[in-house]
Amino acid sequence: MTIVTGRPSRRRRSASAAAVATASDPTAPIRTRALTKRYGERIAVDALDLEVRAGEIFGLLGQNGAGKTTTILMLLGLTEPSGGSARVVGLDPTRHPLEVKRRVGYLPDSVGFYGNMTGRENLRYTARLNGLAGDEAEAAISVAVEHVGLTDRADTRTDTYSRGMLQRLGIADALLKDPDVLILDEPTASIDPIGVEDVLRLLRQLVHERGITILLSSHLLNQVQSVCDRVGIFAFGQLIGVGTVPELAERFGFSLNHIEVVLDAGVEGDPEIGTLLMALDGVAEASRAVPLVEAADSEASAAPTPPAGSETGPAGPAERKWIVTTEPGREVHAMIGSIVGALAAHRLIRIGRHEPTLDEIYRRAVEQHGKRRLADAAEGAA
Amino acid sequence: MTADTVTSPPASAPPVADAKVEPAFPHTSGWAIVARKEVADHLHSARIVVLFFILGAATLIPLYFASDTIRSVAGQLTDTRGAFLALFLASSQDYPIPNVITFVAIVAPLLGIGFAFDSINGERSEGTLPRLLSQPIYRDDVVNGKFVAGLAVITVVLVAVVGIIAGFGIVRLGIVPGVDEVIRLLLWLAVTILWVGLWLAFGLLLSVRIRRAANAALVGFGVWALVAIFGQLIVGVVASVIAPWATAATLEQAVALKALSDGILRVLPLTIYQEASAVLMRPDLTTVSTPATIAQLGQLEAQVQGQFLSFDQSLLLIWPHIVALVALMAVCFAAAYIWFMRQEVRA
Repeated sequence: MTIVTGRPSRRRRSASAAAVATASDPTAPIRTRALTKRYGERIAVDALDLEVRAGEIFGLLGQNGAGKTTTILMLLGLTEPSGGSARVVGLDPTRHPLEVKRRVGYLPDSVGFYGNMTGRENLRYTARLNGLAGDEAEAAISVAVEHVGLTDRADTRTDTYSRGMLQRLGIADALLKDPDVLILDEPTASIDPIGVEDVLRLLRQLVHERGITILLSSHLLNQVQSVCDRVGIFAFGQLIGVGTVPELAERFGFSLNHIEVVLDAGVEGDPEIGTLLMALDGVAEASRAVPLVEAADSEASAAPTPPAGSETGPAGPAERKWIVTTEPGREVHAMIGSIVGALAAHRLIRIGRHEPTLDEIYRRAVEQHGKRRLADAAEGAA
Repeated sequence: MTADTVTSPPASAPPVADAKVEPAFPHTSGWAIVARKEVADHLHSARIVVLFFILGAATLIPLYFASDTIRSVAGQLTDTRGAFLALFLASSQDYPIPNVITFVAIVAPLLGIGFAFDSINGERSEGTLPRLLSQPIYRDDVVNGKFVAGLAVITVVLVAVVGIIAGFGIVRLGIVPGVDEVIRLLLWLAVTILWVGLWLAFGLLLSVRIRRAANAALVGFGVWALVAIFGQLIVGVVASVIAPWATAATLEQAVALKALSDGILRVLPLTIYQEASAVLMRPDLTTVSTPATIAQLGQLEAQVQGQFLSFDQSLLLIWPHIVALVALMAVCFAAAYIWFMRQEVRA
């Protein structure tokens, strides 16, 4: 494929390239095999196998310190791996760093610009470093600045920019070289909610119009959930789950046969509602979703663990949320009907299928992985 | 590794292919692009103003006070060699003002440190370093470009200042330099640039090693103070401790003691530079070392006064000094370079 055999200079690839991509695709723009980075005793990235397909947005999700940035630096040849190999646009970033950096745009975590220069001047410097000069550079700068909506601020000094504007200028900066691959480290951190929406829309547009492949890392899971084609859950330097959000939900034991039942907080008698719900035909389990504050209290008193990560749900203090698990094979809409009937006397304010957020999936994935690691360690010790 | 090679046979081919597609890609001159930006930064910064004021004051004030002295003896001086260079050596008889070359020797380290102490850690704290390094340039282009830029700016200012002094001498005092003197002046400029370069490299090393620019500046100025001010004092103490005689009772002992402390003093780069610049600017100096014995002292005194060396003989005399300065600068720069290359991109 053209992606590997050299750069067809300054072209617009069609987004249909994404359709060709299949599992274990040898032409995937980013591939790593057993990629490892050790800092002394500490393992930052542990035998990572990652594949980002052409024309997709891949989200690398993980907590701070999970190894996301280290992985990205290795992909760019800015840090040498301790083991394993990586291929970016078909090249080994350790051996051909210049070639890789020429074709990969990078937005670093909390990107900075020279405050004594204007946005345009900053971009001009980047353009020059990429071998662009004169009219060609000016045109590219104007396009990039337009893309991120900074045209009217491009000629003011960057030390007057807000964090969000710097972030957007950083994206323009990464776009200047007309990259095949865009690697964004925490692109939405420290941007206000409306700005986040703009940035995410821009990323979608880039993939659609230019067929760019995007790898982004984030710890703000719900923000990026909407924009990523696939996500990889990153913890302890390892990728503990890869796939689309529904795939991951299933993989980590979130069945889609959960129903969320929200009652007004004025209702008394939790046990009564529990029995009511359990008594219904087709209900396998019904449990109260404890809000965060209460959960912390009950944890202290060693109460049974609350169900499926629902404590982050939107149930405010004025609401009381229950999660009902239906028996397999039950129609969700039919079940909703019977629950509504059963709770007619109680102040029901909301009901519907409970779909796990990426936050919940992430939490459970990390928990499961942590348990497995502990078990492995115990086994190893025994 | 092997599996990868199998699945991606063209992995080694693309660089060659791409080089053909974009032959004019200037990645070989990445340092030049960095240097160009840095020079522009320096020229717009407050530093350059300070630099001009310090060097301007350093040169014009002594020149102003000394010009009367020079003018009064100019008649006698013009027929001997070295009158032109006296512009740089002149000091006032009435005021305790150091002459130009002494001032430059003391101030140049400050300039070097001032232009480099925040070059790398500044990029780090501004968050521009990862972005800069992710551009298609080699990592050493950043260090090289910054070093070249600092040196270029300081060189331009030094040349300008020397030009002003020379012009003043020629126009106001009517002292015209001979070829020998011009060459000596250029050599002195070259050695001075080397001297500044040493401190620039040292400043660069500090900026690579010390994460906070303010701390780097403090350490840099501390080292400068040690070399420029306290160095002489410390050397005096050390010499009296290791000398066979605590106080010199005879002339013989006095001479030996002086030779010893001079030898120790030469550990300081400042001494090396000062000796080199003195020999270059004063053709009548025929030796850099203090006479170690009475016999040598006698020999020195027996020399005919007014006997001048030609510039190549002077150069021969200070060749070791130049080598030492180059070596020191190379060590500082290499240390900065290696540290920078091995450092992680982020903290």
